[in-house]
Amino acid sequence: MTPNQTDRLATRFIQFLVLIVVLILLFLLGDIIISGLPHISWHFLTSPASSFSAGGGIRDQLFNSLYLLVLTLIISFPLALGSAIYLSEYAGDNWFTSLIRTAIEVLSSLPSVVVGLFGYLLFVIEFHLGFSILSGAIALTFFNLPLLIRSIEGSLHAVPNSQREAGIALGLSNWRTIRGILLPMALPGILTGIILSAGRIFGEAAALIYTAGQSAPILDYTNWNPTASSSFLNPMRPAETLAVHIWKVNTEGVTPDAVSISAGSSAVLIIIILLFNFGARAIGNRMYKKMTGGK
Amino acid sequence: MPAILQTKNVHLSYGSKEALHGINLDFDDHSITALIGPSGCGKSTFLRCLNRMNDLIANTTITGSFQFHGQDLYAPTTNLVELRKQIGMVFQQPNPFPFSVYENVTYGLKLAGHHERKFLDEQVERALKQAAVWDEVKDNLNKSAMSFSGGQQQRICIARLLAVQPDIILLDEPTSALDPISSAQIEETLITLKKDYCIIIVTHNLQQASRIADRTAFMLNGNLVEYDLTSKMFTQPAKQDTSDYLNGKFG
Repeated sequence: MTPNQTDRLATRFIQFLVLIVVLILLFLLGDIIISGLPHISWHFLTSPASSFSAGGGIRDQLFNSLYLLVLTLIISFPLALGSAIYLSEYAGDNWFTSLIRTAIEVLSSLPSVVVGLFGYLLFVIEFHLGFSILSGAIALTFFNLPLLIRSIEGSLHAVPNSQREAGIALGLSNWRTIRGILLPMALPGILTGIILSAGRIFGEAAALIYTAGQSAPILDYTNWNPTASSSFLNPMRPAETLAVHIWKVNTEGVTPDAVSISAGSSAVLIIIILLFNFGARAIGNRMYKKMTGGK
Repeated sequence: MPAILQTKNVHLSYGSKEALHGINLDFDDHSITALIGPSGCGKSTFLRCLNRMNDLIANTTITGSFQFHGQDLYAPTTNLVELRKQIGMVFQQPNPFPFSVYENVTYGLKLAGHHERKFLDEQVERALKQAAVWDEVKDNLNKSAMSFSGGQQQRICIARLLAVQPDIILLDEPTSALDPISSAQIEETLITLKKDYCIIIVTHNLQQASRIADRTAFMLNGNLVEYDLTSKMFTQPAKQDTSDYLNGKFG
């Protein structure tokens, strides 16, 4: 074979591999959406789930997922931002820094069911938080931290060093340079990181079964008092999320329409996660243009 | 007239490797001094000692005396933030902040506590005019500084520096990333600025040094070989190394 032919063969082979990946993804997405979409209706999205009869919806599960997401981000974002700034701007190249990095790596590879059981023993039982959104949010923070830290650190790292020098040479303190110049420049990347990690949180089930619980008490969306037990804002109430709901309906659902509820919920979950992903790109691109191209 | 900045016996080491082996240089106010020499001779390293940018690099040891207005630059009591306002720096790559031109130029002033709109407007105009870029950006002050050409960006960076009214301007190969026309504009700008400032410029471009510098220092392998009036050094260099370098025999 001539080098030219080898090259063409290699290109074809690589294209073939990519094609397989794309086909797997399209098949999965297509199957879930096509079998789920017919079951999604306004009624399905806005009515509470029913335990025994057909016709239940996913209103509370959907809200729980979103609420859990917000709460998790509120806990994990400040922690991740601080750690990422430290790793990217302050940490020296020594054993302590590599210890932190190893810790983050390990954290990101923990199986979610182990984190769930750990959260169950520590938060639910030991700290008496019970099956609650708060327990779930803390457990999810464990997953979210490594992802967020890495993406924020990556976006800070991508800011050219000349910007740091510009700030320092103009008489800005280290912190002013970080706050006034580096963070605004890294913002599009940070936002993308947040949204992508949000997708991960949204789809998590195993860690939540043991921490946020599997029951969805009827919520009162008019009660804005977060300490009331029926209030939708109460972070101490048990909360079945959409992903957990799918798992539960499939394993122990007794409603006659369990299959269609599961298919519909899966489609809703996938669609929302896809929206997160596209949203991340759109927002990232738009902010990047705004920063560099003028108003 | 005493020199505004005097350095004596400057040694600098990265770890165990010494990069500067005892440099003595004095810089006059209202003049341009060029530092020339082949790559790796230590001219940028020396320049970065003058506003203590080398402090940012770990394992750097600097000894010697740096007298600025009769004060020791490296005294433990030196306020770095103040120092870098008095001794500003322009870099090889234009590095405007990713904000509007107006924000860029007023950044240092706002930091110093100036927020009166009228004062800021005046300073922006003065600094941009001094940097000879006012006519090109005056209608687009709210546009991102990054959307301008490289030469314009570099002059915006100079304006950003001038806004805080430093005493000394350090330039580290400010035109090496620019086209000849932009370079010529920057050179003109520097010649006008020398009335009010002490300018120290590192350059690879010998013609540039001969065009704009009053005095030139030639460095080689971490040593200062020769320091004299530019007109004298370029016509009658005292050392053989200087002559060889100027005639393109090495470097």
